[in-house]
Amino acid sequence: MNNGALVRLVDVHKVYRTGEMEVPAVRGVSLEIKRGEFVALMGASGSGKSTLMNILGCLDRPTTGHYILDGADVSGLDRDELADIRNRKIGFVFQNFNLLPRTSARENVELPLVYSAQRLTNADLREKADRVLASVGLAGREDHHPSQLSGGQQQRVAIARALINQPEVLLADEPTGNLDSRTSVEVMAIFQQLNERGITVIMVTHEQDIAAYAKRNVMMRDGVILNDHLVSQRSDAVSQLRQEHASALQPTK
Amino acid sequence: MRIAPTFNVALRALRRNKLRSVLTALGIIIGVGAVIAMVGIGNGAKAQVEAQIASLGQNVILIFSGSTTSSGIRTGWGGAGTLKIEDAEAIRREVPGVIGVSEEVVSTTQVAAGNQNWFTRIYGESADYFDIRQWPLADGAPFTAQDVRSANKVCVIGRTTATQIYGNENPIGQILRIKNVPFTITGVLTPKGLSPQGVDQDDIVVMPYTSAMKRVIGGATLRNINVQIGDPGQIAAAQQQIISLLRQRHNIRPGRDDDFTVRTQQEIAEAATATSRVMTVLLGAIAGVSLLVGGIGIMNIMLVSVTERTREIGVRMAVGAHGIDILTQFLIEAVTLSSVGGVIGIICGIGASKVLSAYANWPTLISISSVAIAFLFSAAVGIFFGFYPARKAAALDPIEALRYE
Repeated sequence: MNNGALVRLVDVHKVYRTGEMEVPAVRGVSLEIKRGEFVALMGASGSGKSTLMNILGCLDRPTTGHYILDGADVSGLDRDELADIRNRKIGFVFQNFNLLPRTSARENVELPLVYSAQRLTNADLREKADRVLASVGLAGREDHHPSQLSGGQQQRVAIARALINQPEVLLADEPTGNLDSRTSVEVMAIFQQLNERGITVIMVTHEQDIAAYAKRNVMMRDGVILNDHLVSQRSDAVSQLRQEHASALQPTK
Repeated sequence: MRIAPTFNVALRALRRNKLRSVLTALGIIIGVGAVIAMVGIGNGAKAQVEAQIASLGQNVILIFSGSTTSSGIRTGWGGAGTLKIEDAEAIRREVPGVIGVSEEVVSTTQVAAGNQNWFTRIYGESADYFDIRQWPLADGAPFTAQDVRSANKVCVIGRTTATQIYGNENPIGQILRIKNVPFTITGVLTPKGLSPQGVDQDDIVVMPYTSAMKRVIGGATLRNINVQIGDPGQIAAAQQQIISLLRQRHNIRPGRDDDFTVRTQQEIAEAATATSRVMTVLLGAIAGVSLLVGGIGIMNIMLVSVTERTREIGVRMAVGAHGIDILTQFLIEAVTLSSVGGVIGIICGIGASKVLSAYANWPTLISISSVAIAFLFSAAVGIFFGFYPARKAAALDPIEALRYE
């Protein structure tokens, strides 16, 4: 038993049943992720990475095998127990942001607290949400609706929402899929900064250059892990942004 | 379950779609408003009919003269003049349990006093009339049995007649000329107000029937006879005896129809209240249909809302909402729409009843119980029609819901 493992998958299989057919999506994955890691889960569509992500996010249960999250086996929990685990331990960031429309950034960020066991007063909720929004650089935009924010800002609201319950792990499903390259770097900068503060990040992506911001890459194909390696030449989003900023200040010739 | 925050969430969702929420609630507003107003009208009519029946007096049997057919023209009740004064005397004499009999003749004519005149109704009655109708005098004294026997020129007048002819003067002891016959006014009746048909019951002159027949109206037959029975248990027997007595006196052979009609107050009350009860049920049912339609409107909108907000439901589940939280949220939305609609509907219904009472002169009666039932029913409509969409929302798979486009 590895005490340092936050996430431990033991021979996880997931089989979907469509009518008579049994379609295996994940076929025996064992994986350990320690606290403080930044993992990019990669693979082509159909490789089983999304299914694995759903299992890691406690949105789905493995057909066989075990999932030990933070020392507790969650593979046998029911719907409501999984919902509580998601609420306490997991922060989600989606490709399409999944913010509630016509709802202020603050209310979007407060959402996980509504379903949390701890009871906060409205003032506490508000203060907490505003603090997390400020930490992702959205101070002053608390009352904006998603439609009044750019894609990058919307994704930052989503990150703030994922962080509000101080989760053990941040799960991001193609977080830059809907963003331009510059905004993608901004989001990666936030992820790297959060990771440096000790938050474990697991990110699904199919883009090699985005995966390069992670510390470790796990490649999947046909429902199994193809290879699992540390990133040798890691991209640093913060310094990239700084350079870009500096070159923008140069007078054009 | 987290009721308080879920409540907030539900209310916010309703506020986000204000127009839709208002329109959905409108279905319930109209439904509940219609139920309240319609049942109010029905109950008002029923109460009025009951009051009218009660104003006939206690334990009363009414005998109407029959209709007759002359040259193919049927005259209606009282037209044939088959009831004679002797019939009334025979009833008084022979039917057990009778405590009062009033021979009645009715006409309308011009009456005058000084330089004032007025068109009013003349009722010829016996001295028992005021007891039978339970109609005491406000002032003065009624005419007596002696006045009836002697066909004295005395009368009692209603409040309206008194005001129209004498204004603020005291009419008692004054002379009222009816068809140029001077009558002395002995008393003024207590006001009874309008009848359900809108007839002013106080616009009346009551005099001994003998005087009316001899000096004002003419003729030798009665329009009807009012009989009062002392013991309510004897009414049915008395009714039978009156029928056989009158058939015998009118020489009607077995198998032929009566040339008179006997109705007990009970029968009149039952017929009248049955009619108004049927009307109340009918009106309520029609209004209930609109409430049902309003409920279907809620269900429709909630189903649309669940589909439209599938992604939202997915997000809520992803961040930790249980199925019951989602169910509660949508149920609260539905019940809020229906019960807020119900409250506004009750207010509108009461308002509509007041308007109908004021302008259409329809009596309406809103009871606390009908308001309470309407409110509970509207809340129940919300639960009933909101449950299916809410359960559908709660049963969504978070992965599918998050992916929903």
